[in-house]
Amino acid sequence: MPVETQERIELGAGLKEIAADVVAGARKAGATAADAIARDGNEFSTLVRLGEVETLKESGARALGLRVFVGKRAAATHTSDFSRDGIERLVSSAISLARATSEDPIAGLPDASSLGALKQDLDLYYDDVYSLSTADRIDYARRAEAAAMAADPRITNSDGGSFDAATGYKVLANSLGFVGEYRRSYCSVSAVPIAQAGGSAMQRDYWYSASRTLQKLESPEAVGRKAAERTLRRVGAHKVPTQKVPVVFDPMVSRGLIDHIFDAVNGDAIYRHASYLSGKLGEQIAGENITIVDDGTMVGGFGSSPFDGEGVPTRRTVVVERGILKSYLLNTYTARKLKLQTTGNAARGLTGNPGIGSGNFYLQPGDKDPKDILRDIPSGLYVTEFLGFGVNLVTGDFSRGASGLWIENGELTFPVEEITVAGNLKDMFRNVSAIGNDLEFRSSIAAPTLRIDGMTVAGE
Amino acid sequence: MDHRAFFFQRLGLTNRDLERYLAEALLAGGDYADLYFEYHTSTSLSLDESLIKSATQGISAGCGVRVISGERTGYAYTDDLSPERILRAARTAALIASGPNKQPIVNLKDPAGGHTLYAVASPSVDAEVAAKVELLQRADRSARSYDSRIVQVRASYADELRRILVVGSDGVVASDSQPLARMSAFCIAKDGQNSARGNSGGGGRVGIEYFQTERTPEYFAHEAARQSIIQLDARETPAGEMEVVLGPGWPGVLLHEAVGHGLEADFNRKKTSAFAGLVGKRVASEKVTVVDHGTMPSKRGSINVDDEGSPTQHTTLIENGILKGYISDKLSARLMGIANTGNGRRESYEHIPMPRMTNTYMLAGQDEPKDIIKSVKRGLFAVNFGGGQVDITNGKFVFSASEAYLIEDGEITAPVKNATLIGNGPDVLTRVSMVGNDLQLDEGVGTCGKDGQSVPVGVGMPTIKVDRLTVGGTG
Repeated sequence: MPVETQERIELGAGLKEIAADVVAGARKAGATAADAIARDGNEFSTLVRLGEVETLKESGARALGLRVFVGKRAAATHTSDFSRDGIERLVSSAISLARATSEDPIAGLPDASSLGALKQDLDLYYDDVYSLSTADRIDYARRAEAAAMAADPRITNSDGGSFDAATGYKVLANSLGFVGEYRRSYCSVSAVPIAQAGGSAMQRDYWYSASRTLQKLESPEAVGRKAAERTLRRVGAHKVPTQKVPVVFDPMVSRGLIDHIFDAVNGDAIYRHASYLSGKLGEQIAGENITIVDDGTMVGGFGSSPFDGEGVPTRRTVVVERGILKSYLLNTYTARKLKLQTTGNAARGLTGNPGIGSGNFYLQPGDKDPKDILRDIPSGLYVTEFLGFGVNLVTGDFSRGASGLWIENGELTFPVEEITVAGNLKDMFRNVSAIGNDLEFRSSIAAPTLRIDGMTVAGE
Repeated sequence: MDHRAFFFQRLGLTNRDLERYLAEALLAGGDYADLYFEYHTSTSLSLDESLIKSATQGISAGCGVRVISGERTGYAYTDDLSPERILRAARTAALIASGPNKQPIVNLKDPAGGHTLYAVASPSVDAEVAAKVELLQRADRSARSYDSRIVQVRASYADELRRILVVGSDGVVASDSQPLARMSAFCIAKDGQNSARGNSGGGGRVGIEYFQTERTPEYFAHEAARQSIIQLDARETPAGEMEVVLGPGWPGVLLHEAVGHGLEADFNRKKTSAFAGLVGKRVASEKVTVVDHGTMPSKRGSINVDDEGSPTQHTTLIENGILKGYISDKLSARLMGIANTGNGRRESYEHIPMPRMTNTYMLAGQDEPKDIIKSVKRGLFAVNFGGGQVDITNGKFVFSASEAYLIEDGEITAPVKNATLIGNGPDVLTRVSMVGNDLQLDEGVGTCGKDGQSVPVGVGMPTIKVDRLTVGGTG
């Protein structure tokens, strides 16, 4: 490959001053309060397919978002235009837009006393994610795919191997004097092999490793081999009859289950009564074996940051303790609405009012080896993938497409697909009868292997 | 229509500049390069607890440069539209190619006449905010007055105007100015311990007047409220294989998931789709004809030109049950030796285009909808859906019913809870035994995701009967 042409400009250069200026400009233009966010980021990605480079993408982008309050009316604007004109328009549009919204007595910035940033180093940024030459990055992707292709003759095709790297910078400033900034880095390597054998349908699966530093990334070969293993075990899958059996969820899908709990304790859903957990604080909502924590302060965590989207320090919040709902996850607005305190979970995108975001959200592991969880089951389903989004948070009804492996006499046997698993979240988390010891953070949401009884598997 | 002037004036661009950027992109020896300029403005408003709590406005502009060399694509973009930054993006994208510059730049053509599919006097993004606020307040009042059990109402209005200029080293110059507007209503009903939700929405490439005359806030509010009240009495959904009748309109999301994605040419070029190699083969009952139609006036999935500058088209995908062809873009058309169907789309200047659907629907058949219901002994009648998903490699797809009823002895009886339906793309349509005469397009709410890119799409279908489909209930 040719040599690099990309000269690097320091990430986020000058944005701290711009964010502070925008806030000052908004105050001058008539805002009673304001906050501004500025982002800068670089991304690199490459996909190698059947040994050849298929795509190579490299770029950077900046953006600026402003939220203003004119009395008790709020509005927000954003732009990618950093020119003087662009910034003036950002401010004037926000002020005039605010005049069109309703007075909301509790709208506003956080209390000044709640603002701040964690002092400790969260270990979120490594510039080594950008240290590789383009040729070496391509080589990572190539090696991951090659390892998958070489694993077994039944691997006949591929959606490729890829390597991605990204760095991001964020600064938040508000009219109460808060200014905070942080950088984060990310890199990942993945492989998506396709297998086919006999007359059965093609099957595809994937595996990846992600980290904030190249140093902690798993080897491309290990990723490729695991991807091949996951794909091969699906070959020859078929339906099973409709029945009620114990269902065991692989950590990659358990994570999806607790994601529903995250959505259900989201302060916005709670105050709007759009969650089956509304008004359930202090009540037993899950079995005594269930403890769920949100922790935005974990060193190196994918969901960690020194402050949230409103400039409130992140923290560790026990959401569910031994089955009792201990806390919702809140930002300033939803906390005021519910007469509670913010939990430092404000998520500030470029646009609009802050929503609710997770820190590192996880279900505390148990002490059972996943193999022993299977060993206790004479007949059941091991789910390795969900398909679709069939969850109703208002009622807790859960029905999702699934694929996985059939459990027979404590062992994984044949692959299963084109089935659904259904139940209700209210019952499902009361009926967790085994929890694995295999909690691992592959993203900001994580859960160990879970066994849930009483669910309906629909197939033939 | 020629919308070049906007970019030429705003950026001080000339044809000579564009040719210079393309030349830079091809300097390392690519076969083809294109530039995609985008200037996107948007507004959104939302109402919650009868208050307009959120109002946003945004501008996003940039340029993406793509270089293709054989099967390889290099891509870079910039949000800074100065010549130096665009040239730098061109050099970065050019990294994909290596070798002598083998493709001399053709002189840029003048844009062809092309479609004019959006009959919008003035784009909704430029309308008075107060008029949009009023739409939301009307939706709120209407939903609350529908039934005293409606306890929560949310409504939102979002619009955008996407101006694009696409310039290719094949000489293509195309520009468009694409308006899009959408309104939604969401209700929660409560009765004792029971809660239920309902939602409704619609729009298209229309101006604000569409919501004042054709589809009013009351229409959407009423529909969301109706669904939430009905769901209060929903029973357990049965589980297992059964006869399923799908209502007209939005249930066409079945086609989008079950066959649409599987027919996108990129997957078929790579032979990773369950539909690879099936052109000319039977993939549906002879009652089934499915098209992708990018040129329907005012529809959400319609565009005058795609994001590679090609005019959109009407493409027959399945005709009387036989697979006719794929949805393609420039790259896959060239590599597969098939026609370019004008389906090269991208989310924004930050993204590489790929084959995507526009408005995908099944043509009407002969059957009376009431006869279709009458023919079912025990089954499910699904009339509204949430989203769906497909694994294009093994063909398995799901979609989630948000409003469905039991059919018992040819009669619609009780409403049932949300449930997921799951099937296999290459054979679900072979089990379509009846096709209604009541084709409808959806109201204009669909957003399709692929490889992390979202684009607006339309779906549609008449009432159909599928003889056997797995329903993911608990009962």
